[in-house]
Amino acid sequence: MNEIDIWKLYKMMLRSRLFENAVTKLWKEGLITGEMHLGIGEEAIVAGVVSQLEDGDAMAVTHRGTPQFIMRGVDPVSLLLEFFGHSEGLCKGQGGHMHLFSKEHLIAASGIVGASGPAATGFALALSYKKLNKIAVAFFGEGAVNQGMMMESMNLASVWNLPVLFVCCDNDWAVTTTTNNCTGGTILDRAKGFGIEGYSVNGTDVEAVWNVTNQAISKLRKNSGPQFIHATCTHMEAHLLGDLLLRNNQDPVMMAETAEPLKQYAGESLDEVLLLVRKIGAQTKKKGDPIVFTKKKLKDEEDRLKQIEEDVAKEIEELTSKALEIYKGGIKYD
Amino acid sequence: MTKMTFAQAIESALTQAMEEDENVIILGEDVHTLRINLFARFGKERVKYTPISESGFVGAAVGAAMAGLRPIAEVMLVDFIAVTMDAILNHAAKIPFFSGNKWKVPLVIRTACGGGYGDAGQHEQSLWGWLAHIPGLKIVVPSNPADAGGLMLSSIYEDNPVIYFEHKLLADYWLENMAIGGRTTVSFDVPEQGAEGEVPDKWEPIPLGKLNHMKDGSDITLVSVGVGVHRSIEAANILEEKGISAEVLDLRCIAPLDSEGLKKSVEKTEALLVVDEDYKNFGLSGEICALLLENEISFKFGRVCTENTIPYAIKLENQALPNTKRIVDKTLEVLNK
Repeated sequence: MNEIDIWKLYKMMLRSRLFENAVTKLWKEGLITGEMHLGIGEEAIVAGVVSQLEDGDAMAVTHRGTPQFIMRGVDPVSLLLEFFGHSEGLCKGQGGHMHLFSKEHLIAASGIVGASGPAATGFALALSYKKLNKIAVAFFGEGAVNQGMMMESMNLASVWNLPVLFVCCDNDWAVTTTTNNCTGGTILDRAKGFGIEGYSVNGTDVEAVWNVTNQAISKLRKNSGPQFIHATCTHMEAHLLGDLLLRNNQDPVMMAETAEPLKQYAGESLDEVLLLVRKIGAQTKKKGDPIVFTKKKLKDEEDRLKQIEEDVAKEIEELTSKALEIYKGGIKYD
Repeated sequence: MTKMTFAQAIESALTQAMEEDENVIILGEDVHTLRINLFARFGKERVKYTPISESGFVGAAVGAAMAGLRPIAEVMLVDFIAVTMDAILNHAAKIPFFSGNKWKVPLVIRTACGGGYGDAGQHEQSLWGWLAHIPGLKIVVPSNPADAGGLMLSSIYEDNPVIYFEHKLLADYWLENMAIGGRTTVSFDVPEQGAEGEVPDKWEPIPLGKLNHMKDGSDITLVSVGVGVHRSIEAANILEEKGISAEVLDLRCIAPLDSEGLKKSVEKTEALLVVDEDYKNFGLSGEICALLLENEISFKFGRVCTENTIPYAIKLENQALPNTKRIVDKTLEVLNK
């Protein structure tokens, strides 16, 4: 996408959202095992970046990387089958949602916080060595900036002048820890400390993300050395589906059952945790929803909006049924 | 056939591979000086020096391998591999599996190992058993120049991650850099057959997972890798004078293990002594024993390994590492002689 197209961006985001809504339902039904980390709330950042990638560009993503796979054009049925642990899944059921890989699209995920930094740096090293004029993107959360390997890869990308776009999706919460208690200084200052040019952007606003990304990527393609985007966002489901802090926040009875026996120790430490439970509700509020944010801008063209919503909903429904049909047909492992 | 040192053989095989395939690159700390010949010949883009930043550059090497290069990442000493374990344990070793075997990681990690020069327990470890514990890695430990070159070539062309060990008593420049430092006042027990030897005119890959018969025998099988192979041969020669015929096997690779070669030898000798410079507990020696028991082979068993943190004092160090006397004594004990 060379010119910004808000309708196309909206559709990309909606497709990812409805896909992950379907994933949520399937997870609740018990068809998906283990943890489930959604990219819900990050769609504007992902769409703003992925819409500007070319064939041959690479991405390293996190445990929360489903939107990147969806928006880059990976077959959604193969993703659902992977989440079911099916032999016909993207990774033959051996990876699951945290370890998704598409060699064809040059996207690699990792469940280790900070690992996308060195991976994207290595991708960029190979792309630059082969003189392909392609770029590599590292997506990560704000918690990852305290990992040594992330800082080491920022340093390497800088001294080697590699085409890496570091994209920090900052929702202010790393699992149950908050930035003010965990991260010294500011994140953008860290990038600048490594000699990397950085941008701050409201990650709820897909147009704003698209615009800073457009600047950053045009510099990258002119061999500028790495660029850094710090984008704020909201995780509506908190860290993962079934997040314990969020469940406590939303269920007064559960909250009381958790807190009551601890009251005898009442003190600063307990207060701190109770405060976190209260605060987590605020970070998941809808005002940070990128879909709602963009939809408001498009509300004047009601019919067009409705048509897109219907089309996407139909597509997701059909592909979900298709995946379920294959799943119910049984699994044959190699 | 020409004669080369252990280090020359590795460099010669690297030169051949780098000439054959421009996707072969080297990256690591100090490689512009440690590999100065290759640096001068192939240039700084192919022999790329890095900051002292192992988690960063080994992690990047995994990505580079996935994106079409065949990188050789040098982690100077295997002791320092601890700071880069995430890249190895959770990424290099797992990505081929997680991707449903659709995405390979053709990465070599070259690393120096081993003791015998008084540098103590944070710079002299072997750790190959610790690494071989991880599914998805191939572990190569050559003992002589011909193997060093041939195994390097096959490591480079292997599509899965390989950790290639280079023992410091065999590679003369390591010993010079780390132990001698230009002095004529120090000397170390360097196995001559390992440090220098005949090599082929053109390198051919040696298949990974094929052991080498170093000496035939009928009373006991001595199995080792690296410097331990030479200590075992020396012990076998002493044992021969005592009327004991010891077979000596050089595993060359720890993963994959040559189970057929091991079975064949131990079925014949019905006695096994594993000589392992790596730690005794939960390691190579126990693994070989288990593998043979699972194959219903009966045999007498002993092991001579490093059992504790390697001490600095050279006399204590000599006792801690598998030396010839320990091998001879243990063999006699195993055979009730």
